[in-house]
Formats: sequence, structure tokens, C-alpha cells
Amino acid sequence: MGVSNAPLLRVEGLRTLFSTSAGDIAAVDGVSLEVPRGKTLGIVGESGCGKSMLSLSIMGLVPRPGRVGAGRVLLEDINLTGLTPAGMRAVRGAGIAMIFQEPMTSLNPVHTVGDQIVEAMRAHDAGASEAELRKRAIDALRRVRIPSPERRFGEYPHQLSGGMRQRVMIAMALACRPRLLIADEPTTALDVTVQAQILDLLRDLQAETGMSVILITHDLGVVAEMADEVAVMYAGRVVERGTARDIFEDPQHPYTIGLLGSIPRIEEDRERLLSIDGSVPPPFALPQGCRFHPRCPFAIRACTEKDPPLRELSPGHQAACIRAPVEAVVECLV
Amino acid sequence: MTEAPLLEAVGVAKHYPVKKGLIVSRQVGAVRAVDGVSFALNRGETLALVGESGCGKSTTARVVMRLIEPTAGDILFKGQNVTEVGGARLRALRRHLQIVFQDPYASLNPRLTVADAVAEPMAVHGIGSAASRRERVVELLRLTGLRPFHADRYPHEFSGGQRQRIGIARALAVEPEVVVLDEPVSALDVSIQAQVVNLLGDLQQRLGLSYLFIAHDLAVVKHVADRVAVMYLGRIVEVAPKRALFSDPRHPYTRALLAAIPRPDPSRRGTVTPLGGDLPSPLAIPSGCRFHTRCPLAQPLCKESDPPLREIAPGHTSACHFAEDLPRFDAEAGAGLAPVAARRLAAFAAARESRTAEPTPAPVPAA
Repeated sequence: MGVSNAPLLRVEGLRTLFSTSAGDIAAVDGVSLEVPRGKTLGIVGESGCGKSMLSLSIMGLVPRPGRVGAGRVLLEDINLTGLTPAGMRAVRGAGIAMIFQEPMTSLNPVHTVGDQIVEAMRAHDAGASEAELRKRAIDALRRVRIPSPERRFGEYPHQLSGGMRQRVMIAMALACRPRLLIADEPTTALDVTVQAQILDLLRDLQAETGMSVILITHDLGVVAEMADEVAVMYAGRVVERGTARDIFEDPQHPYTIGLLGSIPRIEEDRERLLSIDGSVPPPFALPQGCRFHPRCPFAIRACTEKDPPLRELSPGHQAACIRAPVEAVVECLV
Repeated sequence: MTEAPLLEAVGVAKHYPVKKGLIVSRQVGAVRAVDGVSFALNRGETLALVGESGCGKSTTARVVMRLIEPTAGDILFKGQNVTEVGGARLRALRRHLQIVFQDPYASLNPRLTVADAVAEPMAVHGIGSAASRRERVVELLRLTGLRPFHADRYPHEFSGGQRQRIGIARALAVEPEVVVLDEPVSALDVSIQAQVVNLLGDLQQRLGLSYLFIAHDLAVVKHVADRVAVMYLGRIVEVAPKRALFSDPRHPYTRALLAAIPRPDPSRRGTVTPLGGDLPSPLAIPSGCRFHTRCPLAQPLCKESDPPLREIAPGHTSACHFAEDLPRFDAEAGAGLAPVAARRLAAFAAARESRTAEPTPAPVPAA
């Protein structure tokens, strides 16, 4: 663990573009972020907000015909967007590793889980002997709290439950001790009791290894459980950034406020949920001005004209809304 | 309220035989997907059936609709045994019992326009003429928050939330009394989920519908249900009025489920010890209480004797030997929403309210 306070990863003005016959459309449209060392950055948003494409852009895995059109991704002082495919392969594994939502589709069904972990380890450590790799793979399974790891080593993915498969994916991702783990909806496909186990495991592993985590999710509950810092995304942009407390206790962007109101809460007995009218605009039909204005109850004329940049409201807390800080608006309404 | 329940399940079971051998196949076991489930749905209420994957909740829903034949047990609709009827009488019964499925992408025929899809159940049941059905389609679209011009569009032109509205319109087309909602909002984004949850509540009030609401998300259930039945490995382990179930759950599994829900409140972080272990296979159901292998409070008795569902308070049943002696439950502790955030939510709601009072329809992306 470094003593430096500089963030481990910095994303600066990243744009991920897809060429279409009607011109380029931006799935990620000018995103800047920082991931502190040893901490978790939660990225929240609904489907289509660009959060998954952002993580693929960081990993250098944007599917064709997409490409990173502008901006930089800096892992310490290496600019990842400038790397060759071979250079990027070297970063993946020990630099950045990733786990996905559906472990079944990320695992090869015709190889045992042990062989798959060994294969991942061999890719980054060609010198190690077979026996050594096997031992390390079993250790990796033990670290993610898989019971009787020696037996599980020889099993196929279909023999494992969903939670066990996600543990295998985590074991594989952590096999090369990455400094940053990107977890894209890691518990979305799992039941709540299993989700709680996996989140607990991720927290423990982070404390153990000091790695940084980017947690991508649509679930504000998961964010509140895990994230130190939060970025809320809407239509390809970050609309609000701050600490978890900033976002949950002092939400400033109307979209964040609407999202907080949309989640059913177990502690409360509201008859009606607050909902946001309409739906997320597709990237080829973005509204003029602020991208959220057609759904925003606080919108005024100016919102339809100018696209607001992220502005700092208090140290570390930023929102992209011309009506922020919203307290004055709230004062008139409540 | 001494009225007989509208819909009743009595000892419903669905076992799938597991066979071995290619030429002479013999049964070597059974997957007990649903294993003796009884519940009653009263008129105008919402009964939620909750549990994790593999607990049998969706199979139960399908058995209730008779989309799957039960291995044992009866389904009674207004006292009439649904499991025994067939042909035209079954079809007549189905008119009163409709279902909305989870996946709004898979449950609509991509080659039918919205008007055709919504009118189809009416045509099947021989209701009205083509013209009157068309009128009814427009009325149903309005009722579910869609617009008349949507009638001539195809499913791919709609977002997930709008498709679920179409699914609901279609289920309501034949004026059912009971609607089975099988995870109706699980596939939707949160802001859209809230719209559909609110719509379902409005429709229930206006039309006096009874809902059997299948869900895995207890937070959603808290907002829609009157009573909740919790399922584990093919059995109901607890049934209670909503308030009692959330404030004073009397089965350790219900408690574990409630505790596992991630709360949108960073100050509560890490206060929960997750339930250990994995769900046992429905092929090899544990002896005694089915939950004893994962129960933090299990005693020797739990391994030996299978606890029946028994009443521990009026309307509150639990299948736990120690239901009365469980320690205090305090998962409700915690402030919930911060006061500043709560004020902002209220302002958002107020602003939204005053805006929707004006005749500005929600924009629909013409994708």
C-alpha cells in the first residue's frame, strides 16, 4: 500500500464513441473520475447511462465498432488509452481485474474451475510450475471462502451455485493481486442472502489487500453498503459526485433525489413511491440543454438551453445542475 | 370479514420425477419444487409470495393458473375446485384469473401490434365485436398510462416499463378478479419500477382487484402487500400481515432475508452478519426443519422434527419450533432517510405534482 495520497486511477474527459450511419454517438460523454487508493468508488445509474461502457473503456475492452474517442485513463502515471493491446494485457491482471454480473457466462463450461484459475495465473506468470500454480489456485479458492477448495478445484461451473461461481470469478480476478478491481453488477444476479455474503467477502478482501474497487451497480442499497465515494451517472455523464454521505444525506442533483425517492425502503411505510416521469433518453435522441430536463420537476427555461457542467458545491461534492445548491428551490416548495 | 376467500390453495405440491437409465428408465428421486403449500387470497387484497430463487414461488403461481398441473392439492376459486375442471369451463374460469409475467420482452409477441396483443384475450373469450374491442383497447391503454396512438405500434418500439404496462393492460382486458403478478417489476430500472408499482396500486383501488404478488424483493413487497407469505425450499415458512412480518418476524429465515437487504443508508454499513451456507438442493431436502442447515438458532430438535405451520398470533403463522422464543428483532432500527434528503424528496414530489396537474404528457421516445 502506497503512502501517496494521489488517486490510484484517474479518468479525464473520457468519451466512448460508436460510429453509426447517422454519425458518432457517445455512450460515455466526457466523464472524469478519481479512484482513491484502498477505497471503493460506486458508480450508480440506470440501464443505458453508460456505466458498463465506462468500465469497459477503462479496461480497454470496448466492443467494436466502439472506440475511446477522447480523454485519458491514468493508472498512477501510465496512460492506459495510449497502450498497445500487448501493453494493456500486461496491465490487466496485476493492474486492473474485472468481475461481471453473470458468472456463468464468464466461466468456460467445459473446463474445471481449477484449470480456469490456473490458466489465468499462467498468463501472468509463465515461469511457475504446474504444482505451484495448482497450490496457488487452491489457496485462491480458500481465500474467497469456498468450502473444501481441493474438491471444488476439480469441479465444473455447472456443479456450483450462483454464489459459488461468483466466488470463483473473484478468486480468479484476485489471483494476480490487482491494485484495482472493477466489479460490474457483481451481485445483481444473486439472491439477497447470497448477495450479502459476496459483499461481505469483497469488503474483507479489500481490507486484506488494500486494493481499490470500482463498484458498478444500479442498486443504491449496495452502493450505500460498499462505496466510500459515489458517482451518479445519467445519459453518458456523471451528474453528481461526492462521498457516500454527500449523495445519501445531501443529494443535490434532481436525478439523484428522484432515484433516492424511487427505491422502496424497508424502514418506511409510504403508500406511494416517488417516481421520475418518462424514461432515460437513448444516446441518439438526447434532449437539448440539460439531459435530465424533460424529466426534471425543478427544470426552468435555462435548463432547456444550456448543458450544465459539474460544479463543486462543497469540497469533493459536485453536481451538474444549474439549480444546485437546491436548498433554495426546496425552500419555496416545502 | 367472514367472507370466504376468493382464491385458495390447499396442500399444493409439484414434484418433478428424476429418472435414470436410457432404455429402462426408473425414477430415482424427485425434485420437490413445491411441497405442500396452502394459502388464501381474500377479495381486494394483495398477498405477496416471497422467497429466493428455487423456493417454488413461481411454480406455485403457475400451478394456481393451471399452467402446470399440480402433483397433489387443490386450487379453489370462489369455492370451486379449479384442478378438476377442463375444456370450456376451465377457459371460463381463466377469464377471472390472469397473469402478468416478469420479462416484458419475452412475454409479448413481437409480431403483434399492441392493439392485437391487448385485444387477443377478449377475442379468445368471445367478448365484444372487433370494433368494441378496439374501443376497449384504447380505454385499457389509458388506464395503464399509455396513449391511444400506441395501439398500432409493435413491442420493440417500447421501453421495458411501457411493455410491462402493455402486459398489465392485456391481463386486465377480460376484467379478471384475480391477477397473478409474477415478479412484475424485477426486470425494470428503479425509477420505472416505482412507476409500475404505483400503477398497480392505483388499478387495484379503481378496479377492486386481488393480487397474488410473486417477488424476491422484500422492499417492493413492503410497498404493495397486505399480507406476506415467505417461502423456503418449496414450503411456506411464515405468513403474516405486512406490518407484523416486517416488525416482528417469527421465523429465522424471514429475519435473515430482512437483514440481508442492503439499506440505502451509509451509516448502517456492515451491521449485518450474512446467513451462512447455500440453499440445499430440492433433490435432497434436509431432514426435520428444512432451514436447520443454515439457521443460526437451530437446536437438536430442529434436525429431527419438521415443524408445521402453526398460528402464533391472530393471522400470523410460522413454521418454527421456537417461533415464540426467538430473540428480539431489531432490523428496523436505523434512521432511514436523512432529514435533509427527506425534505428534498418532498420538494421533488411537490414540484412533480404541480407539473403533472398541467396538461403536459410525459414525452415518449419515438425510438
